[in-house]
Amino acid sequence: MDIKDVPCPFCGCLCDDVKIQIEDNRITGVENCCTLGNAKFLSKSRLQHPIMRKDGKWVEVSYEEAIDETARILSDAVRPLLYGWSGTVGEAQVVGVHLAEEIGALIDSTTSVCHNPSILAIQEVGHPGCTLGQVKNRADLVIYWGCNPIEAHPRHMSRYTTYADGYFIDNTATDRKVIVVDIRRSDGAKVADEFIQVKPGGDYLVLSALRAMVRGKSDVVPDSVAGVKKVQLQRVADLMMKAKFGAVFFGLGVTMSRGKYKNVRNAIELVSELNRKTKFTISAMRGHFNVYGFNEVLTWMAGYPFAVDFSRGIAFYNPGETSVIDLLEKKEPDACLVVASDPGAHFPKSTIEHIAAIPTVQIDPCVNATTALCQVQIPVAITGIESAGTAYRMDGVPIRMKKVLETDFPTDQEILERIVTRIREMRADG
Amino acid sequence: MAEILLKNAYVIDPISGINGEVMDIAISGGKIVEEVSSKPEVIDCQGCLTLPGGIDSHTHISGTKVNFGRYMSPEDMRAGRTAKKGPMHITSGYSVPTTYGNSYRYSALGYTTLVEGAVAPLEARHTHEEFKFTPLQDSCANILFDGNWGMLRALEEGDIKRAAAIIAWTLNAVKGFAIKLTNPGGTEAWGFGKNVSCINEKIPTFDLTPAEIIKGAIRANELLHLPHSVHLHCNNLGTPGNFTCTIGTFGHVPDLNDKRQTLYATHVQFHSYGGTGWSDFCSKSEPVANMVNFRPQIVIDMGQVMFGRTTTMTADGPMEFNLYRLHHDKWSNHDVELETGSGIIPVNYRKKNLVNSIMWAIGLELALLVKNPWQCLLTTDNPNGAPFIKYPEIIALLMSKRYRDAEFAMIHQDTEKRVPLPAIDRELDWHDIAVMTRAGQARALGITDLGKGYLMPGAEADIAIYPIKTDEIDPSAEYEKIIQGFARTEYTIKRGRVVSRRGDAIIDGENTTFWVKPKVPAAYDIQHDPTFMELFERNYSVRMSNYPVQEEYLHRNHCIETETDL
Repeated sequence: MDIKDVPCPFCGCLCDDVKIQIEDNRITGVENCCTLGNAKFLSKSRLQHPIMRKDGKWVEVSYEEAIDETARILSDAVRPLLYGWSGTVGEAQVVGVHLAEEIGALIDSTTSVCHNPSILAIQEVGHPGCTLGQVKNRADLVIYWGCNPIEAHPRHMSRYTTYADGYFIDNTATDRKVIVVDIRRSDGAKVADEFIQVKPGGDYLVLSALRAMVRGKSDVVPDSVAGVKKVQLQRVADLMMKAKFGAVFFGLGVTMSRGKYKNVRNAIELVSELNRKTKFTISAMRGHFNVYGFNEVLTWMAGYPFAVDFSRGIAFYNPGETSVIDLLEKKEPDACLVVASDPGAHFPKSTIEHIAAIPTVQIDPCVNATTALCQVQIPVAITGIESAGTAYRMDGVPIRMKKVLETDFPTDQEILERIVTRIREMRADG
Repeated sequence: MAEILLKNAYVIDPISGINGEVMDIAISGGKIVEEVSSKPEVIDCQGCLTLPGGIDSHTHISGTKVNFGRYMSPEDMRAGRTAKKGPMHITSGYSVPTTYGNSYRYSALGYTTLVEGAVAPLEARHTHEEFKFTPLQDSCANILFDGNWGMLRALEEGDIKRAAAIIAWTLNAVKGFAIKLTNPGGTEAWGFGKNVSCINEKIPTFDLTPAEIIKGAIRANELLHLPHSVHLHCNNLGTPGNFTCTIGTFGHVPDLNDKRQTLYATHVQFHSYGGTGWSDFCSKSEPVANMVNFRPQIVIDMGQVMFGRTTTMTADGPMEFNLYRLHHDKWSNHDVELETGSGIIPVNYRKKNLVNSIMWAIGLELALLVKNPWQCLLTTDNPNGAPFIKYPEIIALLMSKRYRDAEFAMIHQDTEKRVPLPAIDRELDWHDIAVMTRAGQARALGITDLGKGYLMPGAEADIAIYPIKTDEIDPSAEYEKIIQGFARTEYTIKRGRVVSRRGDAIIDGENTTFWVKPKVPAAYDIQHDPTFMELFERNYSVRMSNYPVQEEYLHRNHCIETETDL
């Protein structure tokens, strides 16, 4: 059996044209997908039962026991942390936010360690953006800054930008210019019409130089800026101003390098400035397939995109204080629930040590680096393959993820709802 | 089945022709009935003002741009946070509250039905997700067609029926309620950073003018027999001298419908400006109101501005960019492929600012100069003119000349030379207010047949009981009492259950989404039309099969099927 138009539950591109071949409730073939998505669709390894540490050893337990233990851990906690969320759907995230509200937890997502600075910049100066189809149909200039779509978002260029057919673009190979800005000559740089190689930490300076040029103040720009020659910057500024529609995409090279949110703010202000001359947009290259969805869900429910602390009885947001790394660094949490992400593989060592030192539960289909830090792991259906729900693409377009395989595994949402129910029962029992 | 008997209710129900009668209202199973059978819960209204539940026919409460207004504004979120209380969840936000915040606060004002004013079809799923978390009001989504390539191409070819077929497919697919046009043609032009200046200018990428888009959409709307008319945000919003554009637009509107208006023009305050620039900016409420007075086929809403901080958000992307260049605060923009645009900026309307003072006056003037209250409904274009929590103050301003004069003394002193407001003595009465906040909306939206906007047997039991004794208040002098009285109901009843009591939500609630499904003959079922499919598959960034909003997003809902003339 073939199922068409399956959205891929891997990255923020949310390519929704994947074709899946299924035999005997197993995926036997995948078409249109990139290697990253392919690997996820065809992955076979998974955790088969809930597991719990008893006397220092992992033992298989029932779902009931695992949920009971999770509810006990969260009920006993004074400063619970609910972290992750980007690899599951909105319907489960909603339960997570209600849970956080009910137990006075701090809830944060993987955003905190990727585009957190982008959000801070947007909260200062706004965000001139658009949907990806707008870029596909109109952009004659595409700029990738501090990101490498060929490795991280492999179909971004073919579906939405460089190689995509565009309504107003006669010949996408010749009529679209591509600029790549990076500290190294990545694969993306090799296909660019202009490659700007910035010295590490120099993005802010280069953005400032371009802003000056766009404002007609080229004379203040020195001959070389962060390793980039002025003549090249002037060429690029001219390309930007001559474009009918320019689209900037940026990644962690901008957000997580020296300058952080100030870099992003500078890039946004460059784009705002360019809108006085022509049409320009800027967009973040979001990672997990539904990292943006968590930002949306938490915002409509609590008012902020990430890092919300419910411990004061209201929604309190102060990144730097209520963001996950800062919290763990201060060793505040006394219990942790990890859902649909893998902090064990990405967080700084000191914070991982704290996660390991407190009772931690993970809800995830697979054994991963975080498993080693946990007391309990509850395996679930694979979202977007074995369970349906809503995800938000990197540009905010909501797409319904499909269930293409039957499974006996419960969904993230079901497990979370059972935990909430169990916590209420425990409280009622005193 | 839960039953309630309201005793001694002082009822104003304009649709049923009731203007201030003390009566009992029987409620059973979510409906108003002739009589209740067994032992109902009795609520003694003690002569308090009892109205059909409030209906906001144009507000921004759910969806992509509303949520981005929250996302980019932690300062606004901090300005309105409340703790958990009973069944009430934590809320954040002042001008753009979280979904629960919107729902609780609207409910405290007695509102039971809300129309989200602008939804891009591609992102409608998001709007429906937020509706679910706006539990105490029924909801409808106006769907944006101003830059819809399929519709524009059909209009370009002069094929109204094809345009209607595309509209019908889209409304059904995204579970929408009505056709919204925002700056028609202008949002498409904004795709390349351009705009259109008025209704007779050709738009850059289609051989069409805004006037042709508006006229075509109106005819298509009537071919589909949709409950509501075309819902229009005119071109040229917010620019000095734009009243000529507004009047020109109104001049194009035929009278095609016996039951309701043929055009609903929204937030007309923003479209009633005179002058050639900001230096000679002035009110042109008089010619605009006169035009409405002569044309029963037009209904407008005020789009009242009130002083203080708020957030502006609209599908009108180019307008928001112009506003950004005036205010120099933060600016967000979000163009939606093949469909529309949008923009957001925070603003602070100041009494000491002459332009803001004139804007404030214009909204009130429209409400006072349009003779028939059924033709001018009370809105702030929430949150663009002000957050909806300002409605009680607006009601008081309309009912009290003395309050208007007191406020007028506080605003920019040059306002007097630019506006007719001080010369207008009219004071609206309780019945006018009941029309402008619920009955008029129900009729304009075409939802009276669904039991909305009145209080006779058969109606939905959506009821607001205010702590107001009309015979004990002189509205013209005691305007503070009007503000207090409308700010917090004694009881708000939704579908036969008390959902809000003295400002607090007391149950979780569950909303109903109203959407339309025009019955289109097979020949006009555009879903399998090769040209339409090709347009879709070549140009959209999502697959056509993934575009429609699935049943899962509807929860409780009511589908309005219409017979069509296709």
